Amino acid sequence: MLDKNGIAKRIAKEVKNGYYVNLGIGIPTLVANFVREDIEVEFQSENGILGMGPFPFEGEEDADLINAGKQTITALDGASYFDSAMSFSMIRGQHVDLTILGAMEVAENGDIANWKIPGRLVKGMGGAMDLVASADNIIVAMMHTNKKGDSKLLKRCSLPLTGVNCVKKIVTNLAVLEVTNEGFKLLERAPGVSVDTILEATEGHVVFEGDVPEMKL
Amino acid sequence: MINKKVDNVQDALQGVKSGMTMLLGGFGLCGIPENAISELVALNVKNLTCISNNAGVDDFGLGLLLQKHQIKKMISSYVGENDEFERQMLSGELDVELIPQGTLAERCRAAQAGFPAIYTPAGYGTEVAEGKETREFDGKMYVLEHAFKADFSFVKAWKGDAAGNLIFKGTARNFNPNMCGAAKITVAEVEELVPVGALDPNQIHIPGIFVQRIFQGKDYEKRIEQRTITPKN
Repeated sequence: MLDKNGIAKRIAKEVKNGYYVNLGIGIPTLVANFVREDIEVEFQSENGILGMGPFPFEGEEDADLINAGKQTITALDGASYFDSAMSFSMIRGQHVDLTILGAMEVAENGDIANWKIPGRLVKGMGGAMDLVASADNIIVAMMHTNKKGDSKLLKRCSLPLTGVNCVKKIVTNLAVLEVTNEGFKLLERAPGVSVDTILEATEGHVVFEGDVPEMKL
Repeated sequence: MINKKVDNVQDALQGVKSGMTMLLGGFGLCGIPENAISELVALNVKNLTCISNNAGVDDFGLGLLLQKHQIKKMISSYVGENDEFERQMLSGELDVELIPQGTLAERCRAAQAGFPAIYTPAGYGTEVAEGKETREFDGKMYVLEHAFKADFSFVKAWKGDAAGNLIFKGTARNFNPNMCGAAKITVAEVEELVPVGALDPNQIHIPGIFVQRIFQGKDYEKRIEQRTITPKN
């Protein structure tokens, strides 16, 4: 079974040379730490920077330079700043190659819910609805089950949706799965996790072919 | 040169009245029009509809207007980090409309650019699209979203001149350029009001035509919400 860094490490292998990538808050943010150093990748933050760098050293924080999580950041050489409409032109116009975000629930048809729990305080969707409605390549990073132990990979989402038919791939602490017309296709198992364990933790329909390989991290 | 310069924030906010709809720039506390917000508090105008990506924190940004119950309705994409906001929303004192961030930006831009509405895929199939017109283009579904109609836009820029030309800094740019010219009157406050001719026309982000009033801002706090650092080793 993987921890959050393990999930991020596995997702980092999906980041290819020449990609512009938008990382959501939480586990997705960790992905930046594991991207190969020999490839060229730029991170976009939807509040208006392309070419986002690491957190600044103490004393070098700039109130005018933050990411979408409102954290102080730095800009790498070649970075650019832009307004919010242009930022979402990059996203909606499918110029961003890969979107990695967290979720509360994913359904076997690719629906995603990650912004609202009825009866609980709603903070808002931020840019999530724009990202999931537009991106061609969406990977969800999340734990396979919630804190109560219930599956987060469902036949249908029970929570209010963020987007429909949009998730392509899911990386959890247990497995890598792809959304297909037949349901969740199990591609890889986390180290030491059996297919049965994954099936048990998945409410939605799972399909797989032959021996499911273990992830290489 | 058409002079847009006013002497102070009081002159800049002439004509602001209770019940008006305001666009306010900023993402989190980054790039917010601090001086205009302080003056709205001082004017004690009520029943405002505020369109801004976020709602500030308890004691800063739009949180200052919330403390004094001046806001009737907020239209935002994300409103965490504010206990008073939460209290007013749960008690029903405050009407809140949550919309996708890109839709918020584009509804500003539509108002600025003279489009009555735009189609966006964001929110299709979700509660955000309920009651809205939808349409298929090339096999994909889109939601019709209308341009904002606002009385005032309050934006904050890094540098500007009396002609109303603006340059923004870093990610403090965010919604500010999109809100210029998106309301009947756009008020720009700047950290540095430079002499006309000092800005390189090649470098200007927003031409003065989109700005009706500009003033030299003061006492900027520029608070940081999440101070994150890389340890030196």
